[in-house]
Amino acid sequence: MAKFPKPSEGSWTEHYPGLGTGPVSYEDSYSAEFYAREQEAVFLKTWLNIGRVEQAPRVGSYFTRELTWAKKSILVVKDKDGTIRAFHNVCRHRGNKLVWDDFPQEETSGSCRQFTCKYHAWRYDLDGSLDFVQQESEFFDLDKDNLGLVPVACEVWEGFIFINLAKEPEQTLTEFLGEMGTGLAGYPFGEMHQKYTFKSEINSNWKLFIDAFVEFYHAPVLHQKQSTPEEAAKLLGHGFEGLHYELLSPHSMVSSWGGMSPPKDPKMVKPMENALRSGLFGPWDSPDVVGDLPPLVNPAEHRAWGVDSFIVFPNFMILIWERQWYLTYHYWPLAENKHLFEVSLYFVPPKNAAERIQQEYAVAVTKEFALQDANTLEATQTMLETRVVDTFVLNDQEILCRHHHAVVKEEVRAHEAGTPVNFPWNRASAAANA
Amino acid sequence: MTMTAETTASGLPAAFADLEPFAGWILETQPERYGRRLSTSMAEMQAFYDAAFPRLPEILAHCNVFPIDDLPDDVKKLMLLVFSLVEVSFPVEIWKQGRVPDSGAAAMDCVLEPPL
Repeated sequence: MAKFPKPSEGSWTEHYPGLGTGPVSYEDSYSAEFYAREQEAVFLKTWLNIGRVEQAPRVGSYFTRELTWAKKSILVVKDKDGTIRAFHNVCRHRGNKLVWDDFPQEETSGSCRQFTCKYHAWRYDLDGSLDFVQQESEFFDLDKDNLGLVPVACEVWEGFIFINLAKEPEQTLTEFLGEMGTGLAGYPFGEMHQKYTFKSEINSNWKLFIDAFVEFYHAPVLHQKQSTPEEAAKLLGHGFEGLHYELLSPHSMVSSWGGMSPPKDPKMVKPMENALRSGLFGPWDSPDVVGDLPPLVNPAEHRAWGVDSFIVFPNFMILIWERQWYLTYHYWPLAENKHLFEVSLYFVPPKNAAERIQQEYAVAVTKEFALQDANTLEATQTMLETRVVDTFVLNDQEILCRHHHAVVKEEVRAHEAGTPVNFPWNRASAAANA
Repeated sequence: MTMTAETTASGLPAAFADLEPFAGWILETQPERYGRRLSTSMAEMQAFYDAAFPRLPEILAHCNVFPIDDLPDDVKKLMLLVFSLVEVSFPVEIWKQGRVPDSGAAAMDCVLEPPL
């Protein structure tokens, strides 16, 4: 029995004709051969989020990102004119890693006026140009103007720093984000800079963890013990239905209900939740920094809205909670059956001790949930690899799983064919809405 | 950093001397607190929870008096103790064991948390 309305076609999935409703092959999640093609077609030419502007607040502030999957190290810095720039972290002299501390494989951050190589003291300005060469006269025909740091395409959207490893990206970041970018513009991400980050190496394909976080069909089952028995029974009885799904290929989003607070019945939440007034959906008492929501947040304008989950293709998710905080997920591929998972939680800085403790509780709950999800993924990955079953059935609440795998496959096809990507459901949807 | 009036041996505010037996839970970082959770028996965690949980209203009232960006050392220690209480609340209230059930070898390593 549907609690929330679906599109006139009868389902979210059929609202996007061409997406299909049949079983889906998951070979894209265990084939080493597909993994290599996916790296070329997706990760080496798509805009990727690697941080926030708060990580480089002042002129000369910098941080490094180790993209081990691509065998790249990226140096991000705020230039003298305030521009955020990205470079390959490689000295042009003899290839030493330019910026690192103690251990070359570890990420670092700091502030400086110039970058000085540890090896022979070549110095680079914040705009990447080569400024100083030790014993310059010893070199032959040295053309310093052509020995600046190798730039990486870098653009910023709503404070999120993106890079693109292609020498000449096919689209600007704005073009790439499209309606996802405009639909979220204006949300006060910058006000929420009290940040926590967790990392985990997960023994599954990166897409499987995205699958787990873009359908909540699993939530009343896998996470039932996180609720009191009364609440768990209620959630299982209801099952899950999204308030709204939107495909903005290659991106997508799901809008979900939940987190009503304070609860009508204290038995529905754990003692610590009642004592602190906080939980999975965040502190019950919200700050007051969000005015009118951007059009893509709570698009159904439902009063029961709790959280929206956005996939920014390919490997970046933003969760915007009704209670005025947000969370990001990053999934960095390491092999066809391994990825590095990062979750960051961003709150408005607490005004007092109680608010700080409420935030700590929301962070702790998130970790408990993520631990359950993480281990299930390894169980899924290893069974996919048995190849006993090669296609899997996806229901209407799993439309974003279906869509995300379809987009990856289409990106690979288009890249190898040298033709533009073709998402037929986008056109059909646009025509239907016209 | 300023100190308020009297403190216990471990540096907690004197008003919370009853929590002194659990001073081992005053730990600076999330990984330390989670690590202690995994290496502590349920009986010990239950004892900590039973002693500290009922004091939460008074703890919050006590800590809220001070500006969050300039907490006295003893209040910081009390806050860290509460962060540990948050950590043990999951084993005590729902799991009945230290580790999240079925979480096997899975780990979520906290690599960034705001300073107190």
